[in-house]
Amino acid sequence: MVIKTEGLTKKYGKITAVEGLNLEVEEGEIFGLLGPNGAGKTTLISMLCTILKPTSGRAWVNGFDIVRESGKVRKSIGIVFQAPSVDDLLTGRENLAMHNLLFGVPRGIRKQRIDEVLSIVNLEKRADDLVNTYSGGMRRRLELARGIMHHPKILFLDEPTLGLDPQTREHIWEYIVNLAEKECMTVMLTTHYMEEAEQLCDRVAIIDYGKIVALDYPQTLKNKVAGDVVKIKQKARDIETIKKLDYVKSVQEKDGLLYLSIKNASSHLQDLLAHTGPIDFVEVRSGTLNDVFLHYTGREIREGEGEGGFWERVMKR
Amino acid sequence: MSELISEIEGIYAVWLREAKIYVREKERLISSVISPLLWIFAFGAGVGSTVNVISGYSYQVFIYPGIAVMAVLFTSLFYGVYIIWDRKLDFLKEVLVAPVSRASVFAGKMLGGATDAMMQGIFLLIIGLFIKVPLTPLVLIQAFLMLLLISIAMVSIGLVIGANLNSPEGFGLVINFVMWPMFFFSGALFPVGNLPSWLEKATYVNPLTYGVDAMRGIILGINHFPIYYDAAIMFLFALLAMGVGILSFRRM
Repeated sequence: MVIKTEGLTKKYGKITAVEGLNLEVEEGEIFGLLGPNGAGKTTLISMLCTILKPTSGRAWVNGFDIVRESGKVRKSIGIVFQAPSVDDLLTGRENLAMHNLLFGVPRGIRKQRIDEVLSIVNLEKRADDLVNTYSGGMRRRLELARGIMHHPKILFLDEPTLGLDPQTREHIWEYIVNLAEKECMTVMLTTHYMEEAEQLCDRVAIIDYGKIVALDYPQTLKNKVAGDVVKIKQKARDIETIKKLDYVKSVQEKDGLLYLSIKNASSHLQDLLAHTGPIDFVEVRSGTLNDVFLHYTGREIREGEGEGGFWERVMKR
Repeated sequence: MSELISEIEGIYAVWLREAKIYVREKERLISSVISPLLWIFAFGAGVGSTVNVISGYSYQVFIYPGIAVMAVLFTSLFYGVYIIWDRKLDFLKEVLVAPVSRASVFAGKMLGGATDAMMQGIFLLIIGLFIKVPLTPLVLIQAFLMLLLISIAMVSIGLVIGANLNSPEGFGLVINFVMWPMFFFSGALFPVGNLPSWLEKATYVNPLTYGVDAMRGIILGINHFPIYYDAAIMFLFALLAMGVGILSFRRM
């Protein structure tokens, strides 16, 4: 167990950001915390990184108590923050050299280690340029490189691909998987992108309002809840009849649409449509983590992402 | 022992970053050269043309030690605003999560600011050689050390204010209330001896008075208090300011 929490709680005045969280992460996992903005992911990760002190409860990272042994915790972890935190006015190499000094990387291996991590993230050629000439994806890569400089046992990534275009995002995923393998690291990341959690993570905890609502392998979560999803718009709203069908696992209503999760849509669709009566719209697809999230919270994960996230970022400047 | 080395390396890392950025941001360099020149040549020579000789020195030479202190004071105090920008841009996070004590982070920043201010101090000492200020090598060394002590104290004050505020605008307002009274009531522009008594009392509670007095004593041989007394007060004040600075950084 490289990360363990017991009733971990953080309150800001009356608002509870993280509530009585119990969590265990195994060595070598890529563990995802999936949830909408404001779910408490960053608060949780900040506590584990000893940036924030919990209001109550306890947690251990690499066997060290996050409150009493915060120095040891810090030495044994790498962090990539949500907002870019590389120094614009230094070169890539200088940023890494500074990290070496701050994290006490042994003098003899510093230069070699810088070259090593630069090559893992393919930044050798730009290493001596100022960071303010880098693209968003390059900055992220530099931050990844910096995060792993001191051979941490655990790497924390807070929204590692926030604000990156889809292509760059996939590249960053490759780098993360690569890093975890090459450096034998456990990775804990937060995200509100379903695809990210599905593609990247071994196990996923779905978080909402500071609580874990589900935790398992992405596939298991999907099988348990989703199977296939049928999105349907009925002329006559007759949910009760549909709920009684034995192959319908769950029904959610949202914006006049019904979201049905069905074990196997192809064998039941005909029968289903016979029961629903006339319809305006139907769509069948295989289930995603979004459906899992919808199932547990009654909301879609995308809600509140667009504008809220944007303003949050603008206000920070 | 290894703990100590890693703290020292932490201080060095933070200082090195500040020094590199100081050299790279040309605006900082240029402004730190121009503003003291204006004070010495425009203000000193201008007012000097109407003011009589003070204690045997022209007004320009008389205010020279005060101008040197002023330049260091302004740069040092304003340096505190960078800590606010660092926090706003999230750059500081990387440093704050490092396994290095906050005292070391503070020390690195403080030395960075002192380096910044002392570049100006050194520049001013060189200017002094050209305007008939009596500077011998020994005087230069003493003056340098005194300015360094002043800048350490004042950078610490600037960092305390910066660490406790969240906006650069707020910093600008607060710093004006600290900087100008400190400067005016320090005797930098006029001798303390012949002031009205209320003003004289105000100068005595101002730590900078002792810095100015020491500088004038070292360079011109005109001092109100013994120089070791001035230096001791400045030293204690610097210690106090650093202590409060470290506490402020711990809460950051």
